[in-house]
Amino acid sequence: MSPEQTPSTLQLVRDARSWLLRGRLPVATAVALLMVTLVANLLIAENFLTAFNIRSIFANVIPLAAVAVGQTVIVLGRGIDLSIGTIATLSSVVTVSLVEPLGLLPAMLVGLGSGAACGLVNGLLVAVVRLQPIVATFATSFVWSGLALYVLPPGTAAAPRMPDVVVQGYRNSILGVPNAAWLLLLIALSWLVLKRTALLRHVYAVGGDEQASYATGVRVVRVQIMTYVVGGTYAAFASFAMLANSGSADALAGGNLTLVSIAALVIGGTRLSGGAGGAGGTIIGGMVLQLLTSLLVALRPPTDIRQLIDGLLVIFALALAGLWSSRRGGR
Amino acid sequence: MNTAQLRERMQAVEARDLLRHPVVLSLLVLVALFAAGNVAAPGFASFGSLTNVLRIAAFLGVIAAGQTIVILGGGEGIDLSVGKIATFSTVIVAQVSQGQDERLLLAIVTAFAYCGLIGLGNGIGVAYLRIPPLVMTLGMVGVVTGIIRVYSGGQPEGRAPAMLSALVNGTTVGGIRGSVWIWLVVAVFTIWLLRGTTFGRRVYALGANRRAAELSGINLQRNLVLLYVASSLYAALGGMLLLGFAGAASINLADQYQLISIAAVVIGGTTLAGGVGGYLGTAVGAVVLQTMRNLLIVLDIPAAGRQVVNGIILIVLLSLYGRQRRLRQ
Repeated sequence: MSPEQTPSTLQLVRDARSWLLRGRLPVATAVALLMVTLVANLLIAENFLTAFNIRSIFANVIPLAAVAVGQTVIVLGRGIDLSIGTIATLSSVVTVSLVEPLGLLPAMLVGLGSGAACGLVNGLLVAVVRLQPIVATFATSFVWSGLALYVLPPGTAAAPRMPDVVVQGYRNSILGVPNAAWLLLLIALSWLVLKRTALLRHVYAVGGDEQASYATGVRVVRVQIMTYVVGGTYAAFASFAMLANSGSADALAGGNLTLVSIAALVIGGTRLSGGAGGAGGTIIGGMVLQLLTSLLVALRPPTDIRQLIDGLLVIFALALAGLWSSRRGGR
Repeated sequence: MNTAQLRERMQAVEARDLLRHPVVLSLLVLVALFAAGNVAAPGFASFGSLTNVLRIAAFLGVIAAGQTIVILGGGEGIDLSVGKIATFSTVIVAQVSQGQDERLLLAIVTAFAYCGLIGLGNGIGVAYLRIPPLVMTLGMVGVVTGIIRVYSGGQPEGRAPAMLSALVNGTTVGGIRGSVWIWLVVAVFTIWLLRGTTFGRRVYALGANRRAAELSGINLQRNLVLLYVASSLYAALGGMLLLGFAGAASINLADQYQLISIAAVVIGGTTLAGGVGGYLGTAVGAVVLQTMRNLLIVLDIPAAGRQVVNGIILIVLLSLYGRQRRLRQ
């Protein structure tokens, strides 16, 4: 037999090492963090393994995961969307207001369309007008949340609600697995499909080197616009989960999803300057953040110091992710 | 082409370049805003109205000074925690002073010390743990929120000492309030800091080319830490002024400055990539943003519409100067 067919143990170790160093290390860190938070939860939270608790963890993580996957696509293309949480808010109030007059599915379609349209505006501002993404999307976040306030003013009497079927279904299980967990799987699958498209290959190229991709004929402007459209669409999906989770919409909800989504993708090993990483790590990062929250609930610290511990845990997770990525010789 | 023609051409080019200068551009926008405001609400462009804008813009102006320094330092430098740090400062000053003048100095020193420590934390996270500034300072927002909660028990006590209120709100010549003079001093100091000191030269060097700066012997990590400490100290000062204006602290008094301080920097012509820009632009940017705000209040649009208009005007302002290089260059 030739040596190629029977790789020695040494070779295997070497392969594993190069696999880790080829950008898998950050994801490995995220997985390790996930394991640690999971074990900590198992040890500390006595009713962690109850069906109810597992269901609610998955139910709560979906909006975050969906927004964070969308944010990841944008960040991979060297952008960032500080308005993505407000897009989710806008699309949720649009959807819930249209359920009564149009029916559920058409309402969701319009909701999706509104999310994609917001993303399109962001994309045009960043890629065509060439505003700096951080400030441009900060500016549009005012527009989206203003529109959300307009569509559904807070304190509206008889605020529209989602049909019970949706709310019930979101909390139910199929084959013993919570529906929300299936949805998380669906989000992961959607990323795996997306990753294999020409668009995402171009997104990685643009994120890696904008000028070089332009010079080699990648339609940089179109690719950048599309990342924001994809991001907006994921935000709309997140809004459906928010609606299903609470039954009604709130013109102020969703705002802090933006910042958590960025934390999730950094913990998941995506480089903020674009071009490296992926949404698989982001989903794990989102789970880590959710498990940290659940751990904190279980620890029952005095309410005054709860927020402080929460903040410190997040920084700790970010620091671990940062330390690993610096081993690769800078970001 | 004879010399006279050449000189004329040169002057034309210079004039055009001057018009493109961010500070000049922002000033023109400012004039346009006041003119538009005066049409919509006669009296908007009065001297009294201008001093009123300056009086409130001072808080943003001071907080955005620290933001300017961090952004100038490059390396994706940004400080999202300035708003929360300023809030922390209002809580500290109110609680430590308990509204008594004789405890004001102690309160100010305490606030600078605690907020400086938070900036130190940001700096260590960015420089030594190599956490991207955006998420480091974002994570710090969570931590400071928690600290404020612990420190105040969720319900900040105390209020602004009378001396602080007098300093900030006191009327001087021509109806100009104290906060404007304090801001003027801060502005002169900041411009000197950036243009006239070694620290300032290093900030620009780091922002322009970090690798070259490092190779020429600048201690990258120590200077990065200094940037974030400086930013937190400015935020603390901004918070103190805001407390003097508001009278009492709350757990989110200055939170709104988190992102609007970045907008002021960008509108003032400092690029987020670092190394280019300065504080004068930021100061004008702060005045422009505050004028826009006052204008929206004067126009009396309902809350939802005001947010939308606010966003759209911000986009227009940003597109005047916050634009990046085109690809084909």
